[in-house]
Amino acid sequence: MAVSAFLTDATVCIGCKACEVACKEWNHVPADGFTFTGNSYDNTNALGASTWRHVMFLEQPATLGPQITGTEEPFRWQFLSDVCKHCENAGCLEACPTGAILRTELETVYVQPDVCNGCGYCVVSCPFGVVDKNHEVGTAFKCTFCYDRQRDGLMPACAKACPTQSIRFGEVSELRQAAQKRVEQLQERGYSDAQVYDPQETSVGGTHAIFVILGEPEAYNLPPAPEVPTIHMKSAWSAALAAALVVVLVVCVAFAF
Amino acid sequence: MAADPQITEARLDALREEAARTGKVQHKGIVPAGSPFLKPAGATSYHGNPVLKPPTWTWQVPLYFFVGGVAGISAVIALVAQVSGNAALIRAALWIGLVGALISPALLIADLGRPARFLNMLRVFKLQSAMSIGAWTLVGFSSTVGLAVICRELIVAGFGYGFLIPLEWIAEILAAVSGLVLASYTSVLLGVTAIPVWSENRRLVPAVFLTGALGSAAGMLELLGFLVPATQFIAIIASIVETFVAVMIEVRGRYVDRPLREGPVGWLTRAGGALAGPVSLLLRMFARYNSVGRLLAALCFIVGALITRYAWIGAGRESSRDPEVLFRIQRAHSD
Repeated sequence: MAVSAFLTDATVCIGCKACEVACKEWNHVPADGFTFTGNSYDNTNALGASTWRHVMFLEQPATLGPQITGTEEPFRWQFLSDVCKHCENAGCLEACPTGAILRTELETVYVQPDVCNGCGYCVVSCPFGVVDKNHEVGTAFKCTFCYDRQRDGLMPACAKACPTQSIRFGEVSELRQAAQKRVEQLQERGYSDAQVYDPQETSVGGTHAIFVILGEPEAYNLPPAPEVPTIHMKSAWSAALAAALVVVLVVCVAFAF
Repeated sequence: MAADPQITEARLDALREEAARTGKVQHKGIVPAGSPFLKPAGATSYHGNPVLKPPTWTWQVPLYFFVGGVAGISAVIALVAQVSGNAALIRAALWIGLVGALISPALLIADLGRPARFLNMLRVFKLQSAMSIGAWTLVGFSSTVGLAVICRELIVAGFGYGFLIPLEWIAEILAAVSGLVLASYTSVLLGVTAIPVWSENRRLVPAVFLTGALGSAAGMLELLGFLVPATQFIAIIASIVETFVAVMIEVRGRYVDRPLREGPVGWLTRAGGALAGPVSLLLRMFARYNSVGRLLAALCFIVGALITRYAWIGAGRESSRDPEVLFRIQRAHSD
């Protein structure tokens, strides 16, 4: 079975937000409200219950690859369309007490809206801050990886709408190779800070939304070494067990007199 | 504001001319004062925006943490008291457990929005989800503590069925075990998340929550009139631990613990720690033989432990807003 993945390339993104619009239209995602953040052209700020694709606008004091700025102050304007990472080991999926969040046959992470009961545990368990609770509906929402479209052999709406192929949709191993190749190509052309974001060395074990970015992941609010919270299960329960034993001991001593 | 002599149309024309003539501009361009652009997105985070999402839980959830904890530990006290024998105290402790077990689902349902949603928790059992373990534990605890109360009341009412006594024992043992899990799983629930201040304190929060539950359960019994040496002993130990934890949070001075020390949540943490720790400890030391002093100490501890639950949830909210702490931890771990 093919493993679905996105490869989102910051270096060819033009910040048109067609992906955001296509996602909203296809998935009937509610409005984010009409707010002005002052953060460049970004008025949604982050992924959330009603933002499943989020285009970032980074105005950075750095040169864009081999660019000759002509001024003393280098400057570049970077865009990147962020999305749910559909982690190999997903914190939200592990945390979900209802089984609403499941791994589909396409290896994507999907929230079943009719099963989710809005407990909010996935929200604090996502190391990327993606999934959130819609307070009007009372349940959790995030990118579905256009599960409905994929089942009908269509590519996700955002990838379909992207006019520059900044969002590519395909098989994960192919896209991982493509990402590597793209970074090599960029490096050759003088984009020395080009890199792949796909944290495979951590407990997340790689993402099914791979990114090609310029500069450090922190600038894109991508955690440099995300971990699945459940790796701390053992130490947390051990501490709880130790504390519980002390409690029992104290109560026993108290009533022994 | 006086106009910058550099920002003029003439200056712009000169730059254009230079660019046309030489193909390059040697000098700095024009940045109009107060212009909205050229605002760096920040070298370390995206416009300083949070990476993580804050907890979505309503005010009922920290209250549930408290109520569930007190109910669970009360069942432990009931069982131990059953061994040593204090009929009135056993009955009261079991009732505290049952009342807590009845309030708890109501609080959780209030957070979920609709009663039927709670049932979704019981579709599956997942060991890797502390929330799932907690939901099932609450069900197990309510059933067993309920059964224990029924047995106890029947015995008190004089029904002498032979099976009642062993049944009560079984129910009490199960209630005590599930009560311990009920009182401690909430701390694991916080520790096993992506929120830095919870995750980095995953070894501390269980001690905090269990101590709070222990002292509060003893305090509840005292408020119900059981001013016995056992509750005094339990309460003193709990207050000592609370004092120790409060001091440790201050002294340790870790960056990740900033939400526990700074701002309104920091003061909430201090207030909770002080009430449950030194305040009730001193009251117990100096009013040892004064029942009013003891009741006051019990009340201080209960209020303090309750505040502490809100403080920890609040700290998680603050911690989720700080991208810097997350990056620091992850860079430190990966280097």
